[in-house]
Amino acid sequence: MSDVAIETKELGKSYTLGVKGAGYGTLREAIVEKARNPLRRERKKKQERDLLWALKDLSLTIRSGEVVGLIGHNGAGKSTLLKILSRITEPSTGYADVTGRVGSLLEVGTGFHPELTGRENIFLNGAILGMRRAEIRTRFDEIVEFAEMERFLDTPVKRYSSGMSVRLAFAVAAHLEPEILLVDEVLAVGDASFQRKSLGKMNEVAKEGRTVVFVSHNLAIIQALCSRGILLERGEVKADAPIVGAIDSYLRTLESAASDDLLERTDRDSRAYDETLVRRLEIHDASGGHPNVVVAGRSATIVVDVTEHLPTMECQLTIVNSLGQPVCTLDSEMTAPVDVRAAEPGTRLECHIDSLPLLPGRYRIDVIVKAKRHIQDGLQAAALFDVEPGTIGERPVAAEAEGDVVLPHSWRLPA
Amino acid sequence: MVSPMETLAPDERTAAVPAPQPETLRLQPTRGFSRVLAPRELWRYRDLAGQIALRDITVRYRQTALGGAWAVLQPVGFMVVFSLIFGNVAGLSSNGLPYPLFSLAALVPWTFFSTALLLGSDSLVSNSALVSKIYFPRIFMPMGVIVAGFVDLAISFVILMIIVFAWGFVPSVAILAVPLLVVIAAAAALGTTAALSAINVRYRDVRYVVPFAIQMWLFVSPVVYPSSQIDEPWRTLSAINPMVGVVEGFRWATLGTGDAPWDLIGISALAAVGFLLAGLAYFDRTERAFADFV
Repeated sequence: MSDVAIETKELGKSYTLGVKGAGYGTLREAIVEKARNPLRRERKKKQERDLLWALKDLSLTIRSGEVVGLIGHNGAGKSTLLKILSRITEPSTGYADVTGRVGSLLEVGTGFHPELTGRENIFLNGAILGMRRAEIRTRFDEIVEFAEMERFLDTPVKRYSSGMSVRLAFAVAAHLEPEILLVDEVLAVGDASFQRKSLGKMNEVAKEGRTVVFVSHNLAIIQALCSRGILLERGEVKADAPIVGAIDSYLRTLESAASDDLLERTDRDSRAYDETLVRRLEIHDASGGHPNVVVAGRSATIVVDVTEHLPTMECQLTIVNSLGQPVCTLDSEMTAPVDVRAAEPGTRLECHIDSLPLLPGRYRIDVIVKAKRHIQDGLQAAALFDVEPGTIGERPVAAEAEGDVVLPHSWRLPA
Repeated sequence: MVSPMETLAPDERTAAVPAPQPETLRLQPTRGFSRVLAPRELWRYRDLAGQIALRDITVRYRQTALGGAWAVLQPVGFMVVFSLIFGNVAGLSSNGLPYPLFSLAALVPWTFFSTALLLGSDSLVSNSALVSKIYFPRIFMPMGVIVAGFVDLAISFVILMIIVFAWGFVPSVAILAVPLLVVIAAAAALGTTAALSAINVRYRDVRYVVPFAIQMWLFVSPVVYPSSQIDEPWRTLSAINPMVGVVEGFRWATLGTGDAPWDLIGISALAAVGFLLAGLAYFDRTERAFADFV
């Protein structure tokens, strides 16, 4: 059994549901509660009703050397699982057996102290990630070289650009040598060339026979890195299969989620204030045909209906391709003179695109609605839509072209 | 590619794991006491404890114009004010000692204690990013604050001794008791901050209570007055407050005058052990939920 790296048995984690944004509670509330219910038992009973199970009856075996991708909607339990495996939080039921040293990268740059210099932070962060001091010293030069920042070693990290601190943080983390590496959405940062470098490093780690559990919304990265995929839904394993199959199942759940009534979705943005909710999201093209089927190159309108009017709502739409890679973001907060802000209240937000520059294929739209300087609601895959072949600037769009977008363009060619 | 790891000795590679076979750790719901009082776990993470303490030391006075001088300015500032108000205006007794010396000898350990309380009780909350993202024995957070406080204490102690000598006092062998007194103060501080920082995770009320409580605590400790002013048996009983023994002990040890207040020191030492155990026990019981609430 020595080649099992992680084994979980009926693992579960519950949280007590509270008022949104609370969880602080005040001493007064606790005292009042205690005075009202002097019998401890009674209070426990009350709590059980308000439990939210972030993970439920999870039984998994991950062999050492496996590279596993965890996929699923927001709130499906991916991060909770990583938090349990990295010992940040305890499970409520069941157990997980973890064999070998665990390194976790739940957020790059955690533990950087802004007042400390790059050099000091390398030691601090290394220790936080579980490296021994001697180990960090041996690998110090390598880390600095990987991060490409010899010149800034003695500068406080607060003067670093965000790209620089991410590079340094990843460099430290990448030189950690755990038997099991837990990674949560860390590659979403940094510039493209550094992302490639980081991915290469992750690949290397995987090839060295270490166990990697990887969470990302970027399905292309997951597909490239992982051999096995575990799809979580509402805290339970929905699919556990070779990565391509798991991603397929995930895409199918996205489809069914998008066709459901959006108000029934529970995988909403956890930062949201929920004063207004996205009720419906559709994309129409000028032909007035089926919603969510649009022809490349035609004008299109994305319609977002929300439940409540709030003053000065803003909307951010992200079009994402079928591999989970964002194609573009349409953000009403980046205002332009062509934008119209109506005088009367309403619950409909519209985004108009003159000529839809997308290649044929399936895309999804993630939406965030903001008002009162807060995120009010956020949904991934609020709609899925298909782009049919069409023409852009009178030029036919090739169905088999590479990439996601087409640009209106013209050529000048020799005879 | 040859892994640079191979240049390390095997015992370094496997960190604190003794056997070559990686051990299996069972993560499951726990009850009762298990964490703080697990010396093996603390030892395994000793490097991190060192780094956190080092960070707290380095960061404390970064980007301040006066830097480490703050460690001295605070007790000396209080000494001046207390001497004017309590020594001159109110005419409080100082057991025949010059009031500035009398109060400074008390303020040096008191400042160590109160700073530890103030910063330590907030240590888990102000490091919430770490607490919610990384596993480590959480007790390192309040511990780091207290270890960093030793540096301030050492600086202000040197200043105290300079002033003591300048005033013409010569400490006796009693000065050898100082390390013991510091240990009592640190134990009391760790117990108290462990409990306060743990409560702070759930109830931010602690932030408002602590500065107020420190003021109160100052006046129930014999910092501005000598404990000889208190009638027995209350004088002896008051040493249940660990700072009573520490403060009176510090005066006796650094100024080299008066009788050794061993009764106070003894009771305070016992009380400090009680504070420490109670604080650590509370911390231990609540630690498992920190990441869910912070």
